[in-house]
Amino acid sequence: MTMRTPLKTVRGLGSAKEGADHFWLQRVTGAANALLATFAIGLGVHLAGADHGEVTATLKHPLVALPLLLFLVSAALHMRIGMQVVIEDYVHAEGAKIALLMLNTFFAIAVAAAGILSILKISFGG
Amino acid sequence: MADAGKQTMADANAKAGSQAARPLSPHLQIYKPEVNMVMSILHRITGSALYLGTLLLVWVLTAAATGPEYFAYVTGLLGTWPGLIVLFGYTWALLHHLVGGLRHFIWDSGHGFDLKTIDVLSWGTLAVSTLLTLAIWGYVLLSAGGADL
Repeated sequence: MTMRTPLKTVRGLGSAKEGADHFWLQRVTGAANALLATFAIGLGVHLAGADHGEVTATLKHPLVALPLLLFLVSAALHMRIGMQVVIEDYVHAEGAKIALLMLNTFFAIAVAAAGILSILKISFGG
Repeated sequence: MADAGKQTMADANAKAGSQAARPLSPHLQIYKPEVNMVMSILHRITGSALYLGTLLLVWVLTAAATGPEYFAYVTGLLGTWPGLIVLFGYTWALLHHLVGGLRHFIWDSGHGFDLKTIDVLSWGTLAVSTLLTLAIWGYVLLSAGGADL
């Protein structure tokens, strides 16, 4: 099935000037999340009921810390552009929309940074 | 003049009554809910819930990084019945959004657009995410022996 038209040759990548970047980033991070979230669920099941010592000992392991770090980055990217679409769909006042889009970016980065900091702190034995 | 043209159109729109009682495009309430429509809405709702749910994940990670006492406090809260219900909902939202995402990958490939397949994929999303959630929680609660996160 092809849905291409001569429009594909148009310069400037459409009115948003970014072509299919948003669509594609949502898919790439979605595919990564499918794998990494599965790992995170497995980890949660494995650690259910564990005490602090067991949890930090597990999170210290590089093969646990690494996928969790990747998950935080991929999830933050995915949810940022996902919520961006929700905001753009429902918030039509220009000022409120710009403010919410900015808050959305702040939230995604802050949440990811807090999670990454925690994992690194545990990993480096702090 | 270009401006004159714009002015005329704006004036026409501003005329009394010209914007009243125009037929609007039909919205949600006019359609019979179809399963793929409900799953599409649920995909957005679960996505938004997971957005907030990351706070929960990061809260637990922060607690683990803070120390044994605070970690015990947080896991103790999550081990209460309201905490477990939130975690159960989080699990289902995550799995529903994940399985729904896989369904979208099938559609992205250009396959599965006939009505019967759409219904099967949509019901399948609900069934698989719900069964997986129940299986995971059945395993956790049986192996951990109760409400202890």
